[in-house]
Amino acid sequence: MNRINPRKALLGIAAPVLALLVAFLITSLLLVLFGDPVGEVWKTILSWPRPRQLVQIINEATVLYLSAIAVAVGFRMNIFNIGVDGQYRVAAFAGALFAGQAWFPGPLNVLLTLIVAMAAGGFWAWIAAYLKVKRGVSEVISTIMLNAIATGVVQWLLLKVAVKQPGSNTISTEPIPESSQLEGLALIPGATNKVYTLIVLAVAVGFAYWFVLGKTRFGFDLRATGQSESAAVASGVKVPRMVVTTIVASGALAGLIGMPLLFGQDHSYGTTFQAGLGFAGIGIALLGRNHPIGIGLAALLWAFLNIQSNALQIQAGVATEVVNIIQGTIIFAVVVAYELIRRADVRLEQQRVARELANAGQGTPAQEGAPA
Amino acid sequence: MCPISASAPAPSPSPVQGDDFAVELEGITKRFPGVVANKDIGFKVRRGTVHAIVGENGAGKSTLMKILYGVQRPDEGSIRVDGKEVNLHSPSDAIAVGIGMVFQHFQLADNFTVLENVTLGAEKLHGIGDAARTKIREISDSYGLDIDPDALVADLGVGARQRIEILKVLYRNARIIILDEPTAVLVPQEVEELFDNLRGLKAEGLTVLFISHKLDEVLSVADSVTVIRRGTTIDTVDPKSVNARQLAELMVGSQLPTPETEESTVTDKVVLRTEDIVLAGGAATRNVLDGISLTIRAGEVLGIAGVEGNGQAELVEVIMGMREPTSGLVFLHDKDISDWHVREIREAGVAYIPEDRHRHALLLEAPLWENRVLGHQTEEPNAKGGLINAAGAKADTERIVRDYDVRTPSIHVKAASLSGGNQQKLIVGREMSHQPKVLVAAHPTRGVDVGAQASIWDIIRTARRDGLAVLLISADLEELIGLSDTIHVILRGRLTGTFDPDTVTAEDLGAAMTGATGHEPGGDVDQPSADASAHPGAAPSADPGADPSVKPSDSKDAR
Repeated sequence: MNRINPRKALLGIAAPVLALLVAFLITSLLLVLFGDPVGEVWKTILSWPRPRQLVQIINEATVLYLSAIAVAVGFRMNIFNIGVDGQYRVAAFAGALFAGQAWFPGPLNVLLTLIVAMAAGGFWAWIAAYLKVKRGVSEVISTIMLNAIATGVVQWLLLKVAVKQPGSNTISTEPIPESSQLEGLALIPGATNKVYTLIVLAVAVGFAYWFVLGKTRFGFDLRATGQSESAAVASGVKVPRMVVTTIVASGALAGLIGMPLLFGQDHSYGTTFQAGLGFAGIGIALLGRNHPIGIGLAALLWAFLNIQSNALQIQAGVATEVVNIIQGTIIFAVVVAYELIRRADVRLEQQRVARELANAGQGTPAQEGAPA
Repeated sequence: MCPISASAPAPSPSPVQGDDFAVELEGITKRFPGVVANKDIGFKVRRGTVHAIVGENGAGKSTLMKILYGVQRPDEGSIRVDGKEVNLHSPSDAIAVGIGMVFQHFQLADNFTVLENVTLGAEKLHGIGDAARTKIREISDSYGLDIDPDALVADLGVGARQRIEILKVLYRNARIIILDEPTAVLVPQEVEELFDNLRGLKAEGLTVLFISHKLDEVLSVADSVTVIRRGTTIDTVDPKSVNARQLAELMVGSQLPTPETEESTVTDKVVLRTEDIVLAGGAATRNVLDGISLTIRAGEVLGIAGVEGNGQAELVEVIMGMREPTSGLVFLHDKDISDWHVREIREAGVAYIPEDRHRHALLLEAPLWENRVLGHQTEEPNAKGGLINAAGAKADTERIVRDYDVRTPSIHVKAASLSGGNQQKLIVGREMSHQPKVLVAAHPTRGVDVGAQASIWDIIRTARRDGLAVLLISADLEELIGLSDTIHVILRGRLTGTFDPDTVTAEDLGAAMTGATGHEPGGDVDQPSADASAHPGAAPSADPGADPSVKPSDSKDAR
């Protein structure tokens, strides 16, 4: 009975494909309008990546995936955690600071750092949760503010604890000991660089997300609250507690975003640590429809566009920022498309049910109950 | 049946001016892919009459009204207004040809005055100042609506709000007024007032289209009745020539079952008891609930009658643990459950049918089997430890669908895809599936079709026989009288009277509900009472024999 509905699957694929096409068209139009070489741009972006870039794409996607999952947890409950950006920076800083102390040996240090980062991200998110539950402050507003505050706090604390990198102007936390650095996995043949070891973390998080939300009572309560808060209350969900748990969980997951970077690439938190991952996560979660696999595909697409656009300036003489236009239009198009499809889906199903019942009624007039 | 009041022009069915029709529908067909919502609908509405359209829920009344009001366009057929063929693309087109609609759910801003509400969106007509005020007074006077343009809507009762809605439509120069289930929210006395207003409109030459499924009301006010079944017009009849039962049979399309009689099953075992529940309102307002003490025994149905907004909803929320009372206790058997949370209360065997199933009982975009889990997330067969037992829940949903006759092609469709009656049967089935000891049922048959209504009544009656204690809150007085063993009236948060359903009439209840009788010693009876007492005994359901079909039971006859 648990069959896959072909109509639903088709609708599900149609939306993102349509959104991509729309983004493609709009971007092309803009390029033509401003006299840029359309063909060159697409040739550069859509060329098959070389092994080295393939690794970069996978690594970028790993980080983006974690970010999008953190956002998606909130989305499933109708909570808009815009603060993932601030949460991951606070957490990355706290994690880097902790790991840099080398209080524990190699792998244990990594494991404990993950916990510290989750705690830091969770704490930063909890502020917004507290304000929402106790003071009725919209999490959208408070998390945006907390992003700004996070920037200030991290900067301020970084100056207090920073060590100067030899031969450069950048400052950062104490680098983590070599025994705790993760050199990566050689997954792509022919590439000199390696895939982050913590890609396994992303996979584990994705699996946990699927399992907890889809299979547990907690996940059911969370989704029920997201679909209808009033119905959740009447069904016995303690909504305020749920709000706090969800926001803190979202923040804790956000805390993991910086970890692949920290252990696999930067080895410290400094002024050059990659920023803006939290906002990208919002778009990717939308594009991936909060589905663990959908988000994976969306993260790969995002990373693909990011990495492929690096060559735009050289090969096509066009600013790499064109890729932001593409990504932006994809999001717009996809949000519109999903909403249209959701409505169409509800309507089509209502009609299908009415039709099937009408047919059943004619076939066997005295039938009671549901036809199989 | 009430005779048409003398003030109205004779609604002579004799074809005086044969072509004097306000609205003529011909061959209206509306298809949605695969489904025909309306097919070949045709009827004519004579100018200056009240024309009722009756049909079960889902029969296609609302699609038809949407077509008439320009919300949807028919695939085939023609609409003629005042003899001229019209093409309605939007509600503003409908307003332009003089069609206005009063929705079942009022569309008024509470914190606005009447004037502001009426002029909102129609500022171009008479401005928003004195000209508009004068116009409102003029309309109010000429149709006897008794509305003060400067009153704040928040201070007005349901009946007055409905008159504002009518006034809004008149203000926009409507000559044809569609009323969608206008009496659903009114007590009998208010219904009679509304009907007086309708007769007033008619007297001024306006045409009223009146949608309802309360047949006795239709028979008392309409000059002509069109019956719709399965999307098509079955017949247009003269209300003088049919009775409610015949009309109901036209609606349903078959002979109606007669409810069986039943013995009282009340035992002396107290199951649910509340003690002096008080729920404070905001500062400087009266208590929402004021000293509610009630006792429900095993096998007893305790009915609560009251005009909506007198504390029923809050009482239910307090009992279900959704709201913390200011003071007072709730006992289940001998256990004090006042501090329990909703989930604990439900696990302890309190089943709950909320008044608004879309808001409180369903996840509309979730499949049926997930809706079967809702409210019982921690209980067998839905859960195993901390996990949801999807297989168990699905199997049990199949059982509910079968046993409770939920019409659906599958348990994987969204709850939103089912009709209201089938949604409600699923909810009732779910709530009865956990050996409940108490059932808290708020308006259990609101907005469901006659068939589903009868089966829900049956379920409640059967459960009562098996020793279930039921708290029944309903605006349908016939339902209350038919099902209850005891009826309490709630007025402004207080239980103001107790009635024996064997002897009480809907009019008595209606009077008590508005505070018009002496059941409340020294009660602060104010505005509604004057309205209510103006029409003693004029409630629409005056003829108890007229409508056996839509009455839950005549069970008390046997006692």
